[in-house]
Amino acid sequence: MSDLQSQDYVRRSATTITPPAARSHEDQVAKLIDVSRCIGCKACQSACMEWNDLRPEIGHFEGSYENPADLGPSVWTLMKFAEYENEQGNLEWLIRKDGCMHCEDPGCLKACPAPGAIVQYANGIVDFISDKCIGCGYCVKGCPFDVPRISKVDHKAYKCTLCSDRVSVGLEPACVKACPTGAIMFGSKTDMTDWAGERIEDLKSRGFEKAGLYDPPEVGGTHVMYVLHHADKPSLYSGLPDKPRISPLVQAWKGAIKPLAVFGIAAAAIFGFFHWVTVGPNEVQEEDELEADRLLREMKEEEEKPS
Amino acid sequence: MTRPERAFTRYTTANRVNHWINAGLFLLLVLSGLSFFHPYFFFLSNLFGSGQWARAAHPWFGVGLLVSWVGMFVQFWRNNFFNRDDAAWSKAIVSVVKNDDEHVPPVGRNNSGQKAVFWAMTLLIPTLFVSGLLIWQVYFGEATSIPMQRVAVLVHSLAAIAAILVWIVHVYAAIWIRGSVRSMTQGYVTPGWAWHHHRKWFYQLASGQRVKTEPRKNP
Ligand code: HEM
Ligand code: SF4
Repeated sequence: MSDLQSQDYVRRSATTITPPAARSHEDQVAKLIDVSRCIGCKACQSACMEWNDLRPEIGHFEGSYENPADLGPSVWTLMKFAEYENEQGNLEWLIRKDGCMHCEDPGCLKACPAPGAIVQYANGIVDFISDKCIGCGYCVKGCPFDVPRISKVDHKAYKCTLCSDRVSVGLEPACVKACPTGAIMFGSKTDMTDWAGERIEDLKSRGFEKAGLYDPPEVGGTHVMYVLHHADKPSLYSGLPDKPRISPLVQAWKGAIKPLAVFGIAAAAIFGFFHWVTVGPNEVQEEDELEADRLLREMKEEEEKPS
Repeated sequence: MTRPERAFTRYTTANRVNHWINAGLFLLLVLSGLSFFHPYFFFLSNLFGSGQWARAAHPWFGVGLLVSWVGMFVQFWRNNFFNRDDAAWSKAIVSVVKNDDEHVPPVGRNNSGQKAVFWAMTLLIPTLFVSGLLIWQVYFGEATSIPMQRVAVLVHSLAAIAAILVWIVHVYAAIWIRGSVRSMTQGYVTPGWAWHHHRKWFYQLASGQRVKTEPRKNP
């Protein structure tokens, strides 16, 4: 988001040296979204717009409670509503606050080619530094959660910052502050995990046997976690990935191939140079010219011979 | 130009203009493309103003390259069919590399190395174009699915590496075989050059067929 003096980087996109990391004695933070307590009021959505000064264009009614229809360059969090008929034939309204999950191992950052355009702070927050963003859309391919959106106006990628500006001065994110039911909590990741444990026990005691915490290990865990009543089927919640992971295609693209290719290209150029120095250029000799001229003369005479 | 009377035309003016437009666009694509490829090369994006500018310009150079390559293809495809001479020449590749030309069998207008470069680019440039369009965020970001973009970016990356390696071989060969660069800048070679490097082509030009290739005189 912003470019305040940050000296607590743990990761910095497209960077081969250690980024400034001296002030990294911070707790890992997490936002815990307790889906079972959410009433779908969208106070968090409004608070996000309010704090971040975002005003998405007013769209059309799409026949759904979701409004706007999708995340966008100025929609960093969005309430998603799913109607689910459970095994007993009862309707369950599964409402999930969508947005960046702040992965511990962020696919967006891995894919990003612009040095410093995506960073991760020691507290775990993944932030887009828009000034350095080049608008290529690689983060879109890297993200397992389909989160980043590229603006058509300034061609920059945008997503939830976890209110890194508020958190850095000891405030909780705007959505957390606004939630009237306490469905969104914020604190250290250990505290949030403990609190989730209590919530899950409570849910289990009320018949949601499959209740659990969504903190997917495939991306190293996330700094936005959900308490789900159906933790065995996250995809019920408007397509929350069951097993999110950085696509193997992205891993291959950003893996060993790149350094090998750089090496291969350099080797080819160096090989060429040393071929020049050892074997040397292939020059046409005077004899070649004489021979060619002789042959040309002969052939001309042949042609002109009266037949 | 100080073209000797006895010279043979190897590339017409149209050939040469097309080739250098192609080369210029390819160079711009390599420089801008490599800047996204690896952090080591990101500084190259400054040649285009900034990372943002390099990102915006690269696909347009690519569109230009495709158009230019169509021109190259139309002008050169006939000269690049593989034939029996190519097998013999390829077997003698060690002698070729060692400048041991006594042991290199004679070939026509192009040797199999030159033909391989032509067909490799004929495959790679359209591949880069199609995969490039699929990852062109500004215009096609919403029209393509994310799984498709992931395939396309990997394909684009691999095809670019292949194209760059082919290009290095091509450029070095042109520098190594003296007289080739002039054939593409001024258009002509000496009879000795043709006799030495492309003997069958020499005979073709020198013998009766010379009449047929008459338009190849100084264009
Ligand atoms: C022929 C048409 C081409 C098109 C439409 C095209 C388009 C693109 C696009 C859209 C990108 C993503 C960055 C951006 O948005 O600018 C890209 C990346 C790239 N392009 Fe191209 N390109 C083309 C040809 C080439 C050629 C000829 C080369 C070099 C031989 C090349 C090398 C690269 C490389 C190395 C990358 C970075 C890939 C990575 O991040 O791994 N491209 N290209
Ligand atoms: S959810 Fe997507 S955008 Fe957010 S940190 Fe993970 S990979 Fe990056």
